[in-house]
Amino acid sequence: MFDSTYLSSKFSRRDLCKVAVGSTLSFMLPGFDLKAAQKRGPERQKSVIVLWMGGGPSQLETWDPHPGTAIGGPGNAIKTVVPGLQISDMYPLLAEQLEGMSVIRSMVSKEGDHERGTKYLKTGYRPEPTTVYPALGAIIIHERPNKSLEIPQHISMGNTQYPARGGYLGGYLDAFRVQDPGKNIGNMRAGVGSPRQNRRLENLDIVSQAFQKGRTIQTKKTLHQSTIDRALTMMSSEQLHAFEIEKEPDSVRKAYGDSSFGRGCLVARRLVEQGVHSIEVNLSGWDSHANNFTGHQTQAKMLDPAFSSLLKDLKARDLLDSTIVLCIGEFGRTPKINPLEGRDHWPTGFSCIVGGGGLKGNVIIGETDPTGKEKKPTEPVQIQDLYATILQNLKIDYKKELISPIGRPLALSDGTPIEKLI
Amino acid sequence: MKPSSHNWKIACIPFCVVGLVVSLVAWASSSPVAISPKAPALTVDNSMTSTVEQVDQFFEKQWAKQQTTPADISDDYLLLRRLSLALHGTIPSLEELREFEAMQGADRIQRWTQKLLEDRRFADYFSERFTRAYVGVEQGQFIIFRRDRFKAWLSEQIQANTPYDELVRTLISAEGLWTGDPETNFITSASADGNLDRNKLTGSTVRAFLGQRIDCAQCHDHPFDHWKQSDFEGLTAFYGQVEIQVLGVRQNEELKYEVEDRETLKKRTVSPQVPFLNECLPEEGTLREKLATWVTHPQNRRFERAAANRFWGLVFGVPYFDPVDDLPAPTDLSESDPDVLDILGQDFRENGYDIKRMIQTIVASKPFRLSSTSQTDDNEQIERATDAWALFPLVRLRPEQIIGSMLQASSLKTIDQNSNLFMRGRRFFSELDFVREYGDLGSDELNDFPGTIPQALLRMNGEFARDNGSASMLNSVGRVSQLDISDKKRVETCFLVCLTRLPTNLERDHFLKQYQSATNPKQREKITEDLFWALYNSPEFSWNH
Repeated sequence: MFDSTYLSSKFSRRDLCKVAVGSTLSFMLPGFDLKAAQKRGPERQKSVIVLWMGGGPSQLETWDPHPGTAIGGPGNAIKTVVPGLQISDMYPLLAEQLEGMSVIRSMVSKEGDHERGTKYLKTGYRPEPTTVYPALGAIIIHERPNKSLEIPQHISMGNTQYPARGGYLGGYLDAFRVQDPGKNIGNMRAGVGSPRQNRRLENLDIVSQAFQKGRTIQTKKTLHQSTIDRALTMMSSEQLHAFEIEKEPDSVRKAYGDSSFGRGCLVARRLVEQGVHSIEVNLSGWDSHANNFTGHQTQAKMLDPAFSSLLKDLKARDLLDSTIVLCIGEFGRTPKINPLEGRDHWPTGFSCIVGGGGLKGNVIIGETDPTGKEKKPTEPVQIQDLYATILQNLKIDYKKELISPIGRPLALSDGTPIEKLI
Repeated sequence: MKPSSHNWKIACIPFCVVGLVVSLVAWASSSPVAISPKAPALTVDNSMTSTVEQVDQFFEKQWAKQQTTPADISDDYLLLRRLSLALHGTIPSLEELREFEAMQGADRIQRWTQKLLEDRRFADYFSERFTRAYVGVEQGQFIIFRRDRFKAWLSEQIQANTPYDELVRTLISAEGLWTGDPETNFITSASADGNLDRNKLTGSTVRAFLGQRIDCAQCHDHPFDHWKQSDFEGLTAFYGQVEIQVLGVRQNEELKYEVEDRETLKKRTVSPQVPFLNECLPEEGTLREKLATWVTHPQNRRFERAAANRFWGLVFGVPYFDPVDDLPAPTDLSESDPDVLDILGQDFRENGYDIKRMIQTIVASKPFRLSSTSQTDDNEQIERATDAWALFPLVRLRPEQIIGSMLQASSLKTIDQNSNLFMRGRRFFSELDFVREYGDLGSDELNDFPGTIPQALLRMNGEFARDNGSASMLNSVGRVSQLDISDKKRVETCFLVCLTRLPTNLERDHFLKQYQSATNPKQREKITEDLFWALYNSPEFSWNH
């Protein structure tokens, strides 16, 4: 039964089919099951979920606590299920779910500005004026598109100033943005009922044909019609249900937490089940120049339930083996606590959690200096190395060179995979 | 008595507030300029006509050599659409179309161009485009970078027709506070994290004003160009004495420009030097003044060619050489014929670097007037014709142009600085929202990417599309439905308002049939809404052609 809440009941799938006949993608309309969740082993493609911590979380109040030291502040640490791994005590739920995940405590970057740092951390390339680099998610679907999806393949949820972009690979690889996940995916519903929508599409056809006259080839190149067709396909696709969390049991929704981020993580799990491979969920608000400790508590209350529920759910559904989860922000924060009880930007020596998708689990890489005097951590890990690791794990040749618009050959990543994780 | 008189005073407060608001709105919505400029008498001189002829001859020679037949000349309506989109970022209003129709004379397109160039909308629109080229689209660090002020300053310069070389010199050498002297934001835009990134300044100076990309040379010798790392460092040294202080952008003669050697990690001082045309570097002035003079020196042909290429790109949507800031080195004109950029550049230089004149020359030239339809369906021929500018290119409109056009199409009257505050406010906020949701191409705006699904969804189902496309007393959809005109005229009006053209016979018949089946005004309204919806979503609406 067709009962999506997003779709106007007045405009049904069958109506659309009628109009879509002859359009380039109509052959895809008959529903065949693509759900990743129903596939097993190599048949199932791997997905990547990036939990993006916008603003730069403090490593000391997350995955690299130094309790009882001058730099550690008032925070405490707790043990996790991973032997030898302690994290901040603000994450009790996560501590129980980290089995199989790894922590890198020695990420190093050279970008201490939010914008530049974000671009570097999302793409694996330091930003430069003449090239817009593609984000990890865009590279994945460029190299390994899932053509049977009727919904976007690259999705960014939650509010962010710098969503993942397609960069020089093309605007069509920009992440599809869902500002308010679990509630509204925006612009999916036709403004009028089905008979009028049909009339509108017929009208459009007449006007488009007139324009095509004498410009057949040029108009085809614009992809205007195929973009509209794909949008219409999406509007009527049953795969849109992946965005709906009303059908999830109350207990599940509650476990993820009633925040945009919590809902986003739940939708992310549903999208992975559907077969979406590149997902970003944003949690901003980590820029703690003042009141670092209370600020991190507020953030932890959103991150802890959502992140832990996501891992728990993925494991329970046997999806973690095929899903890489990466939790990272643009940089860390200074060991020094400033007079406003805050911490400032610190691109040298920050932490991330990564795992799943067949990566080696329960690994702890590097450490920062507990006195805070030594700037560089041990075993420093470059951003690009992390991306090379992920791409290699997805069986994407990260060394493959593409030609950028200015004719420069660029590798998908110029890093080297981190041996400890593969 | 007393309490009641008190109450009376309280009761007055809302009225006072209403009165205040009304008078404020009345004040704000009064026209900031007296009247919209009327089409001026033409001031095209012979030298400009001769430059246009030279440009045309260049192309005709090329077409003859390649055996390419140029497309037909477009009709005036289409030229009007192209001109408005290029110079104001919107389509022309019905009001403007009618005004144009009333004009007489063979030179009316030229006179119309002049009118558009004098209109404030030109300066405002072009200042945004220039701002993108000079400092990018990012808002940057608010405390020391004010993009809005910078843009407003540029708009003033364009409106006053400040010579382009003077404008560029000011940008490179300006001093002062970014708020009071907004031109200094060119310098402060390169500031990140409390540090001034001088390398970024060099990169953007050379890209924006000389049409060359030497950014790669920042770290190594350019792989396939002749730029050396020492060229980059030498140029950057000209920015070595600029610093950002509490009092703004200042020269500090004490500063030495040092770089860290990548091999030895030792610091070494770099002295300012230019990679070519050393003789154009003046003796006098601060380092930045010297650099500014060198960049804009009449003998530095890269400067005028870069400007010509950028203006060409802004007018056509595609630069003559693509990408816009990666031009080939100028050829020796004693050995080879000048190309289009040389012709336009020379005219620019000899006529006081007059921005408006250069634009008038470009739009008067033949390539701008050619149709985008061709007789052939042969891909190769079409590509060849497009490459040779024998066919007007199909270019995707920028988000601002699309929203600007949707807003304009929803009003029969021209939306400009003379519109009331409500209209202008609506335009301002709709534009912000729409552009944010539509996704901005950023500084790569002249690159050619196809539209995206979210954009199609936004145009079809977005809140703005819904509001704009629903008939009301105030918008064109409602007005056209209610006007006491024949249905034929009604269909024609819709097409003129949205696409700046009359419908084809097939289109006219299709929509006439719909109107004829309407039995009451409400139905007519719905038919008009559906017609507008189709026009808004047609490729013709969102592509320049």
